[in-house]
Amino acid sequence: MPTGDSPPPALISVRVLLFATYADLVGRPSVDVELPGPATVADVVRHLRQSVPGASRLPERPLAAVNQVHAQPNQPVSNGAELALLPPMAGG
Amino acid sequence: MTTFLTRHRIQLADLTASVSGPDRGGVASFLGLVRNHQDGRTVERLEYSAYEPMAEAEAERIVAEATQRWPVQIALQHRLGGLGIGDIAVAVVAAGSHRAESFDACRYVIEELKHRVPIWKKEFYCDGSVGWVDPTKTGGNL
Repeated sequence: MPTGDSPPPALISVRVLLFATYADLVGRPSVDVELPGPATVADVVRHLRQSVPGASRLPERPLAAVNQVHAQPNQPVSNGAELALLPPMAGG
Repeated sequence: MTTFLTRHRIQLADLTASVSGPDRGGVASFLGLVRNHQDGRTVERLEYSAYEPMAEAEAERIVAEATQRWPVQIALQHRLGGLGIGDIAVAVVAAGSHRAESFDACRYVIEELKHRVPIWKKEFYCDGSVGWVDPTKTGGNL
């Protein structure tokens, strides 16, 4: 945990990919965000919903994938990662 | 092995040939076709899109799971882009020595695909409206 003397947390960059109805809601297919690290999937989603116009309409806990693998909300997201927010899938 | 995602018409005979062999006497296949109705509305056509690199990777993982669990070979394809009523959207072919493992593996692959592979379906209705299909809502098709 950070203490009084710790340096401020370094910023991490994450590319958030949006698909289908989520891309429609936000009005674009991807958003690059910067936020203090270390961060989890849930942290990035919270940051996105608060800072990007239209993104507040995304669900609080969408299905997600980090670097093309399904991920839980508490999974860490590292600097340079690709975080995809996945609307309910409808293949088949 | 053919790529999972395709923008061309799915050819069941080609997929079947790709997994057939002299030791495989039980072949089970599943086809998902475009339906003309969804939740009581008349569908004219639809468009499939995907998070393509992840969809390919996830499909590969599902096929690997199935072939580890059952002694079968699997062929799997899903269409992207615009489709009309009756077009094949997805095809799974499982080929094993006997029917039991082929049926089980075929069922496993299509069920996992629906839950895990990032593909989305946009429907164009006869009244001119458009909607993304959400299988988690009542009346969905999961």
